[in-house]
Amino acid sequence: MNVITNYFKSLILIELLRGLMLTGKYLFRRKITVQYPEEKTPMSPRFRGLHAQRRYPNGEERCIACKLCEAVCPALAITIDSEERDDGTRRTTRYDIDLTKCIFCGFCEEACPVDAIVETRFFEYHGENRGDLYMTKDKLLAVGDKLEKQIAADRATDAKYR
Amino acid sequence: MLETIESMLSFLPDSIVALTIITIKIMVLVLPLMGAVAYLTLAERKIIGYIQVRIGPNRVGPRGLLQPIADAVKLLFKETILPTNANRFLFLSAPVLTLAPSLAAWAVVPFDDGLVISNIDASLLYILAMTSLGVYGVIIAGWASNSKYAFLGALRSAAQIVSYEIAMGFALVGVLIAAGSLNLGEIVDGQRGSVLTWYLIPLLPLFVVYFISGVAETNRAPFDVAEGESEIVAGFHVEYSSMTFSVFFLAEYANMILISLLTSVMFLGGWLSPLTGILPDTMLENTGVISTLLGDGMHWLIAKTAFFLFLFLWFRATFPRYRYDQIMRLGWKVFIPITIVWLLVVAGMVVGHIGPWFD
Repeated sequence: MNVITNYFKSLILIELLRGLMLTGKYLFRRKITVQYPEEKTPMSPRFRGLHAQRRYPNGEERCIACKLCEAVCPALAITIDSEERDDGTRRTTRYDIDLTKCIFCGFCEEACPVDAIVETRFFEYHGENRGDLYMTKDKLLAVGDKLEKQIAADRATDAKYR
Repeated sequence: MLETIESMLSFLPDSIVALTIITIKIMVLVLPLMGAVAYLTLAERKIIGYIQVRIGPNRVGPRGLLQPIADAVKLLFKETILPTNANRFLFLSAPVLTLAPSLAAWAVVPFDDGLVISNIDASLLYILAMTSLGVYGVIIAGWASNSKYAFLGALRSAAQIVSYEIAMGFALVGVLIAAGSLNLGEIVDGQRGSVLTWYLIPLLPLFVVYFISGVAETNRAPFDVAEGESEIVAGFHVEYSSMTFSVFFLAEYANMILISLLTSVMFLGGWLSPLTGILPDTMLENTGVISTLLGDGMHWLIAKTAFFLFLFLWFRATFPRYRYDQIMRLGWKVFIPITIVWLLVVAGMVVGHIGPWFD
């Protein structure tokens, strides 16, 4: 008996019609596409985008060349050279991040004892030449100077969870 | 309008005048058809996008309306790549062999009372012949590419099209018995009356079989094992690029439109208005704009065709691909018995002069 009912069920295509009804309903659903350049999704203050080097309010760069970030970097994207400055502090002479190697894991930011290297919310950048995505110390400091307000605000919101 | 052209060309020999007139008729048919094909691709992307809760193309032109033109221009300017070991002559003639029959079949399709390029009595037979010829293009494309995926795709498609040809042919025999004519125009005339006298009702199983076989004939989802992008990349047209590829594309979509149009002509009364018999005849036969819209006319044929084209796209968005043995089982063990049984029923109905259809 069951065989016969199943036979007739498949013959009148009832299951296929049910499937069609389902997709037919979805035809009129609200669309979830985000029209990117005009619309953007909300972003976390912990977003890991382009890197930046920060400065203290008096203009002194934060990085003390401890090389923890270089050690922790899983992609070996960071290269640091350092020297002793005339005032006796240790500073970097070279701080490079190769963005083509970087995997944006955020370990450098976590490892940093002085919050010098950070990842910003800025992610809409591109390079037109090979060297453009090789971030030198000057470029990183420039990004930091440009975005300092947002970087500081993001660190402040996140501070209570750290 | 054709008469004015004919009189303008009267200084030329008769044969050249006839040729010019035929060429004009063909252009008038083929150019809108190509436009319809282009915009069918856009409709497909939009509708499938909507069903998948996306928006679909909306960047080129207002609401993405120029997208098909951008696609065509892109394909035109790409390089045609000839595989080193391909048979050059067959490789290049395969797309033509696919497109030519799918366009040639349009010659006998009636759009309105008497509005047909060539009103031949065996037009149903001609359509059947032309739609079957398309399989040669697919086989030759698969063979000439000298690639195993293309060859597998061609084999699958050949077996599939040949199997469904039979069910399709039997479904058409039902229409033939009902109408008593092979002429598509007379088939439509035989359905004159009201919505209830369309062949849809007495031939419902044949209608379903015909439309599903039509989906299988055009190698559309869920019967698109010949392309099967998840298993054999793109099937018979893997090696094709640029214009040669777009010709296959045109042929596939022209075939889709043809199948939809034939389904509406044979089962849904073609250009006949569904309102006949519901509204008073005087409303439908006056000359005003409203009665032109409500009465019989090409716009009803276009609307019915559009509905079936929507079904094609809806099927593609809904059903997963059939397994190959299931396709064969459906064609041979389900459709052919159903059609044969229903042919007997139809023949009985015609002999017994049953209902509003055959009296």
